[in-house]
Amino acid sequence: MVNHYEQLDRTFAALVDPTRRAILARLEREDGASVSELARPFAIKLPAVMKHLDVLDDAGLITRSKAGRTVTVRLSPGPMREAMDWLRRYERFWSGSLDRLAAYAESKEAEARKSGR
Amino acid sequence: MTSLTIVRRIAARPSIVFDALTTPEGIACWWGPDGGPVLLAETDPRVGGRFRIRFRTLDGSEHESSGEYLEVVRPERLAMSWRWVGGEDPGESLVEIDLRAIAEGTKLTFTHSRLYDEETRRSHEAGWNGALDKLERHFLASSNGDRHDQA
Repeated sequence: MVNHYEQLDRTFAALVDPTRRAILARLEREDGASVSELARPFAIKLPAVMKHLDVLDDAGLITRSKAGRTVTVRLSPGPMREAMDWLRRYERFWSGSLDRLAAYAESKEAEARKSGR
Repeated sequence: MTSLTIVRRIAARPSIVFDALTTPEGIACWWGPDGGPVLLAETDPRVGGRFRIRFRTLDGSEHESSGEYLEVVRPERLAMSWRWVGGEDPGESLVEIDLRAIAEGTKLTFTHSRLYDEETRRSHEAGWNGALDKLERHFLASSNGDRHDQA
């Protein structure tokens, strides 16, 4: 089994590519799309799109199901949610820290002005 | 969406903000999520120098992070690698802070991203951050929605 942090790295690595992010954003808006529908907005060939889908599938970010000749692609929200949780934990850490950093720097600025610097 | 971005406007000049970010005396006054104490702060703010900071949160647990300064341009820019010491998240990540002088003082732009590796660097250079932030807002908005549903 892939551990939690390896999964996070896979998720973030998959998200680095703009085409893959665009595919995920679209799948978030629409509940499932065929491979050819997904390929249409991009100026790249179908095999290239298939490669991106392989990466997203390996990272567990999408599922593919075949009915007849049509492959339907759907968003698999679990790993994305974990990635967002990771970002939110850091957001809590840094948001609190930076609020106090601002207060501290502002008090230093006031001191500097008082002493005429 | 592979990174967290926070912007703050601070009524202090960039050099004061920069020193607050890089000196142990400064860090001791603000570091940590909830106002718990900083127990140890060591910094060596030059390229290749390291930092180590240990703090306690109000629930009593202690945490330590360390890393290496990658870019140090006083008073404009700071970049450092970041790693939790101990059993927490073992991955290495990247912290970048830009300070810009504005009329009321300083605009601070803070970024924390996972995947501190060559691919990340290349992508940063290719400049996808704008599109990324848009999508991040999109996903954060929808996952906040989920949290409300559970509450």
